[in-house]
Amino acid sequence: MDNREILVDIKNLRTFFYTEDGVVPAVDGIDLTIHRGEVVGLVGESGCGKSVTALSIIRLIPNPPGKIIGGEIFFHGEDLLKKNAEEMRMIRGDKISMIFQEPMTSLNPVYTIGDQISEAVTLHQKIDAVEAKKRTIEMLHLVGIPEPERRFSQYPHEMSGGMRQRVMIAMALSSNPDLLISDEATTALDVTIQAQILDLMRGLQKKLGMAILIITHNLAVVAEMAETISIAYAGKIVESASAREIFKSPHHPYTYGLLQSIPKFTEKKTNEPLPAIEGMVPSPYHMPKGCRFNPRCPFATEKCREEEPEILEFSPGHLVRCFHPIES
Amino acid sequence: MTEKAVEARKKGQRKSSDDYTYVGMVFHRLTRHKLAMFGAFMLIVILLFVFAGPLVWRADPNEQIEGLEGMFNVPSPAHPLGTDDYGRDVLARMFFGGRISLFIGFISAISSTIVGAVVGLVAGYYGGWADDLLMRFTDAMLSIPTFPLLIALASVMGKGIGQIILVIVIFGWMIDARLVRGLVLSLKEQEYIEAAHAIGASANRIMWRHLFPNTLAVLIVSTTIGIGGAIIYEASISFLGFGVQAPFASWGNMLQNAQQFIWNSPRLIIYPGLAIFMTVLGFNFFGDGLRDAIDPKLKL
Repeated sequence: MDNREILVDIKNLRTFFYTEDGVVPAVDGIDLTIHRGEVVGLVGESGCGKSVTALSIIRLIPNPPGKIIGGEIFFHGEDLLKKNAEEMRMIRGDKISMIFQEPMTSLNPVYTIGDQISEAVTLHQKIDAVEAKKRTIEMLHLVGIPEPERRFSQYPHEMSGGMRQRVMIAMALSSNPDLLISDEATTALDVTIQAQILDLMRGLQKKLGMAILIITHNLAVVAEMAETISIAYAGKIVESASAREIFKSPHHPYTYGLLQSIPKFTEKKTNEPLPAIEGMVPSPYHMPKGCRFNPRCPFATEKCREEEPEILEFSPGHLVRCFHPIES
Repeated sequence: MTEKAVEARKKGQRKSSDDYTYVGMVFHRLTRHKLAMFGAFMLIVILLFVFAGPLVWRADPNEQIEGLEGMFNVPSPAHPLGTDDYGRDVLARMFFGGRISLFIGFISAISSTIVGAVVGLVAGYYGGWADDLLMRFTDAMLSIPTFPLLIALASVMGKGIGQIILVIVIFGWMIDARLVRGLVLSLKEQEYIEAAHAIGASANRIMWRHLFPNTLAVLIVSTTIGIGGAIIYEASISFLGFGVQAPFASWGNMLQNAQQFIWNSPRLIIYPGLAIFMTVLGFNFFGDGLRDAIDPKLKL
């Protein structure tokens, strides 16, 4: 249905952490497809494996204890997991860039922001210092930083969180990447700044045409940005569809529960508490047998406790991992 | 900001941190640091004494006055600081001894910091077996009783300034290595290091460009204190007979030499002692201020 070229195709990715207390299957069979220029949201609670997925794509899983033990990550048709360290380094920051959650600590305190963006520029492009500076100021301008010439020689501590996140975006986009991974990039910012940064990212996406993988626990963020959304739970994708579909007709009980827990303006005022999903995220050391959501699922049956469901196409382009998907 | 204030700023009436380059900013902050300025003043006095002194007082530091009346002279116009047990002019010996002591102190403190920084960076950054190997070696070096080995080493390597520096470096890098390793262990978990990985920086680049400058604040202080330590170390080595050889002076061997006459001529101990004291203190004050000035997070 999407006839754009496939940019990233993650197949059955499995990333485990081998800790002293046991094996943590942080990512256990995640599939994800990102087309050229597409904005994809990956949503889930803490510990569902969404950040580990991102780090697996750019192969920055801390090893030990982490290890990618299976699966394939095709990027431009080539398996990133088969690349050696040096080849991978050339891709990082060039074709795939990433921005992080904590803008306050993501910049090196001893260098000016100009130095740091220039470094990202010169690492992957053969240009001299003068041109790098020109390009850096251009990038600062692009991400909406006023007075870029003056800001160029300022240190990170002289900037606010929102400004720093803009700098991080400038750094990430300086090499014209095909894929930008945003790992909770707006989570640490307050809501108005968050909206500004999201606006900026959306604008830049339209202008530069890169694909974005947005990783967040905040459904509102992806509602504004993403074309397709995948919902992750306990290391697996449980539902995947276009953003419209997810919000209009969620089929997986988990997605349904998540959406139910968001207050709505249109509802009449009641004194009922907001519906919440019962129970807790399962401990990664003791994953439940069968469907991983079964202990918290109101619709769970004997089959759910015994067998693990496959992810299946419920309707065209809408994948659900459930034996008893909700019809809406 | 009102327009008036903007105007005032443009005219440079009040300088903000934007108006400085990094080096300029460090210098500016340093000049406002009173203790650092006092330290710098002490160091300038010492340097002037050591380097400009011989131009004013032209005496041969190694010339001996024969006979009993030449020895242990009290200060007089002929010998402003008196003479020592061989009847040599103490002031001239202070000049030339100071040059040697400062040279040894500088070179060996900086060299041991560099060695320590390299070991610490590699151990801290790579971790695992590299860390184990390097840190156990560091522990082993720290646990060696220095002086017996020093004597052995000196007898193998021969005597001279180069050898002293080498020996001080061999026994002086371990503390810096531990300092840097500890810092790197925490620094490498910082998000900006992860971000550096994410822009495709190589291991070498991350170590030297991203981690190393963040350890500089600590290393500078450690080096300045190390200069004082090295000057004292040189004194001990000289005392054992493996350092700066007679008749050449260093503050260290002057101090050690004067020990035997501490009751008869205490001034012979006071001159080099005071000089070493002032140098070490000056470097410590200055180093402390420099650390504050270098730190870009700090606003003065």
